Amino acid sequence: MLPFKYNWRSMRVRWVSTLMTVVGIGLTVSVFLAMMSLVRGLESTFTETGYPLNLLLLRQGGTAESTSVLSRQNYEVVRYLPGIAPGQDGEPLVSPEIIVLINHPKKDGGTTNISIRGLTPRGLEIRPTVRMIEGRFFRGGLREVIVSRKVKERFQGMDLGERVRFGKGNWTVVGVFDAGQTAYGSEVWTDVDELGTDFDRPIYSSIVLRAADEAAIPRLKEAIAADRWLRLKVQRETEYWASQTRTAMPVKALGYFIAIVMAVGSAFAAMNTMYAAVAHRTREIATLRTVGFRRRTIVLSFLLESALLGLAGGLVGCLVALPLHGLATGTTNFVTFSEVAFNFRITPRLLLQALAFAAVMGAAGGLFPARRAASMKIVEALREL
Amino acid sequence: MSEAAVQLRDLRKVFRRDSMEIVALENIHLEVQRGDFVCLMGPSGSGKSTLLNLVAGIDRPTSGELHVLGEEISRLSESQLAAWRNRHIGFVFQTFNLIPVLTAFENVELPLLLTKLSSKERREHVEMALKLVGLADRMAHYPRQLSGGQEQRVAIARAIVADPTLVLADEPTGDLDAHSADEVLKILQQLNREFGKTVLLVTHDLRAARRATVRHYLDKGLLQDAPPLEMA
Repeated sequence: MLPFKYNWRSMRVRWVSTLMTVVGIGLTVSVFLAMMSLVRGLESTFTETGYPLNLLLLRQGGTAESTSVLSRQNYEVVRYLPGIAPGQDGEPLVSPEIIVLINHPKKDGGTTNISIRGLTPRGLEIRPTVRMIEGRFFRGGLREVIVSRKVKERFQGMDLGERVRFGKGNWTVVGVFDAGQTAYGSEVWTDVDELGTDFDRPIYSSIVLRAADEAAIPRLKEAIAADRWLRLKVQRETEYWASQTRTAMPVKALGYFIAIVMAVGSAFAAMNTMYAAVAHRTREIATLRTVGFRRRTIVLSFLLESALLGLAGGLVGCLVALPLHGLATGTTNFVTFSEVAFNFRITPRLLLQALAFAAVMGAAGGLFPARRAASMKIVEALREL
Repeated sequence: MSEAAVQLRDLRKVFRRDSMEIVALENIHLEVQRGDFVCLMGPSGSGKSTLLNLVAGIDRPTSGELHVLGEEISRLSESQLAAWRNRHIGFVFQTFNLIPVLTAFENVELPLLLTKLSSKERREHVEMALKLVGLADRMAHYPRQLSGGQEQRVAIARAIVADPTLVLADEPTGDLDAHSADEVLKILQQLNREFGKTVLLVTHDLRAARRATVRHYLDKGLLQDAPPLEMA
């Protein structure tokens, strides 16, 4: 094996072209990271939503709460099924809920759909990741709403005490809740009966219930599925939200497309640099081979050098993209057509993927030049200047 | 010491440029005994360097037999040849061919990286080789910090560090002033006389030729009787 210092010092000697390539690869990696952190943020918003013991009931064949219709009788039957955990008041932890979409102006201009979730106080108890951070929980019959922290930050008229207009009149914001990185962080909550009346909906969109324990889940699923009159689709709340990660697909596809196009460009830049390096060191390569280094050692050495170029670019790209971490943004959920707010998430795993992506990009660029270096005839290469 | 180090029989080398064939060597019969200091002379383009490259195993003959140190090297694969060169051949180039980003020590150490020697053993070998060429105090210097003569001495140290049987030198004094050339030739002569190395030297330099024990003359690819040194 050729000593590593040979590659390192050679890269330093032609530092201008090394730097240009590193910056080029760095930009590609930063774009890749930006797109992927967007996807990661969006996906984790869905995958982190839901409590493992919660079950979500939709109409049979339903894929989203916003398009599902359940009757009030459904609720009455379900709430007394055995195996449901009791709430603080001893009543079964079952929350009948309604989802409606309203179009509302954003603070940074334009309008978008927000999900208004109608629920009962048990809906809060059933979701332990949600907690009030300002004001208080809404009271039924007073046209009160509570909003998530992200909704408050991103939409107009959602501050504590402000009045927001939807349905048949104005609603007062009486509280702000924090839902962490979950999908509930993009919602406005109010009383289920009041919301139903305002939007003339004597039905529910979904029912969320808490199973007493893990063993109760299959029993509850079986009981609901076996009841032909109910005609309900039952699934874990976590499964339901995880299935919505397909919302991230268009961003993911775009991200991969842009990253691949840029990666091809960067690999060509690395290739150009490595071809120049090979041309510049033709006689050195011939000398090394005269001394006894084999062709594959030369190939490996040049591949290592170009992979190093890529890795250096990867590091630059990570540093450029890292400030994006935690930045809040939003997009449309293509399942519910409502706004979903989320944060860019750059995880250690994503950073490692970016570095591997960069190293592969560099090595791919170095492949042909390395092969050229090794395939040269020694005698001819020795004559090169 | 009469065992042949190099035996060439009916050796032929033809280069092809587009549709043209250029005969570089024709009907070469040559024997070099172990322990000889052989000088190969001849005008430019006569095929001297081509012959040296064939003996070094960095080029292949078009036809003929090429036995070096008892091995028919034209039959070896590329990777076998690389290992063979590392074990048996020390090559000194006219233009030194040191790796500019490596120090004198690191340049000399290169052939040893292909051996199983430990780092300590490699250090000992490199120090000994550099001491032999009188550059023990220049080990940490890069090639650009050395004079031409010193560079060539480092190159000789690199050629001998793995203790090869055959030292091949292609115009080793061609790029040097008279004083440096003399030092380099003295070292080559010392390697031959004191360490028993077989030296095959390609040169135009009459001073170099005078130090040789055997002289051969090539002209237009054919081996001829060596003329007296005054006429060469």
